[in-house]
Amino acid sequence: MIEEGRALFLQIAESVEDAIIDGSLAEEAQAPSTNELAAFYRINPATAAKGVAMLTDKGVLYKRRGIGMFVAPGARELLLSERRTAFADRYVEPLLAEARKLGLGPEDLALLIRDRAGAQVATTTEGNAR
Amino acid sequence: MTTGTHVIEVKNLTKHYRDVVAVDDVSFTIEKDTIYGLLGRNGAGKTTVMSILTAQNFATSGDVRVFGMQPYENAKVLSRMCFVRESQKYPDDALPQHAFRTAKLFFPHWDDDLAAQLIDEFQLPQKTRIKKLSRGQLSAVGVIIGLASRAEITFFDEPYLGLDAVARQIFYDRLLEDYTEHPRTVILSSHLIDEVSNLIERVLVIDHGRIVMDEATDAVRDRAANIVGDASAVDAFVAGRQVIHRESLGNVASVTVLGALTLADRERLAAAGLDVAPVSLQQLIVRTTQRAASEGAATEEGALR
Repeated sequence: MIEEGRALFLQIAESVEDAIIDGSLAEEAQAPSTNELAAFYRINPATAAKGVAMLTDKGVLYKRRGIGMFVAPGARELLLSERRTAFADRYVEPLLAEARKLGLGPEDLALLIRDRAGAQVATTTEGNAR
Repeated sequence: MTTGTHVIEVKNLTKHYRDVVAVDDVSFTIEKDTIYGLLGRNGAGKTTVMSILTAQNFATSGDVRVFGMQPYENAKVLSRMCFVRESQKYPDDALPQHAFRTAKLFFPHWDDDLAAQLIDEFQLPQKTRIKKLSRGQLSAVGVIIGLASRAEITFFDEPYLGLDAVARQIFYDRLLEDYTEHPRTVILSSHLIDEVSNLIERVLVIDHGRIVMDEATDAVRDRAANIVGDASAVDAFVAGRQVIHRESLGNVASVTVLGALTLADRERLAAAGLDVAPVSLQQLIVRTTQRAASEGAATEEGALR
């Protein structure tokens, strides 16, 4: 769950962001507390607090005095646009680099993607039909 | 949970054992309510530092302040500190209960319920004399005292000897849990660096009696990277960078460089077909201490010339 070589507080923040993006943590819902995050990931509470503070600064979480941290309205949209911007760097660049190594051009890649995506759509509809 | 106040201040601490220098002109501070990892190889000076801080050993020179005071024969300081030694000695015929009752008399914040819970979790036999306990059970006695004493500063000197993986996990979990509820300063000395790397907020690495690293653990995590790939491409990339380790297998080289990689670095690496592998805290510390050792050797060589 936790990987080496990256600041822990960033990973903690990302895990909360992921939950917001996939909808398991809805806007205006109460976010896990620093102590809950620390206990779950078995990390120092100060590190978890740093991750939560980062999300507060970004406007993803906000504090309700005496109650705890909550997901801000608009947080999901904010995170989605942030992730979309990073998508090319994080996923497309390495994809292109590996493809170059294997002698696959952008056209081949496009074909592959359409092919796989098509297969996935097919299996989903099949599943739905049943 | 750093508050910016120091509970321990060490200035120019030196300790000689006859002609052996165990601690060599060391200065550092320990923040309140923070979990520290005191890491280093065997014989690096960890235990010596901890025993001087807890007034169980004398400094050759230098100044040590705990809660702003001298710790020696100072009951006001000593009752606020707990030192769990790796080789703690207990009276010959003592039962674990006797050790716990003595600890209860000594430590004002002692918690009986926590002790009982831990005895249960570590499955510590109550009717066996301490000297008949296994190595792991003996370590459990120390861990229970260290946690249940809730001292303002607790030192754990390799507390896990003989503890199996399950018992160590119990120790780490209870430490975090109780620290969260009752923040205090914990100094944990360990060889199992990767096991404790997520627990410790700051890392102090001691090597040959000197502090070689004193930093926030999170800041250290992306401090170094392994660059792996074609040896000539790797060499081109690492030129001008601080290299702390190098391995090669045929045409493939794996080089550990210090310094966080920038986005531009990563693009360059991807373009050159090189892979980046993370360096764990344990690897980084092993490399750093190895390097310190070889640099030491190099200066000695230089002196011979």
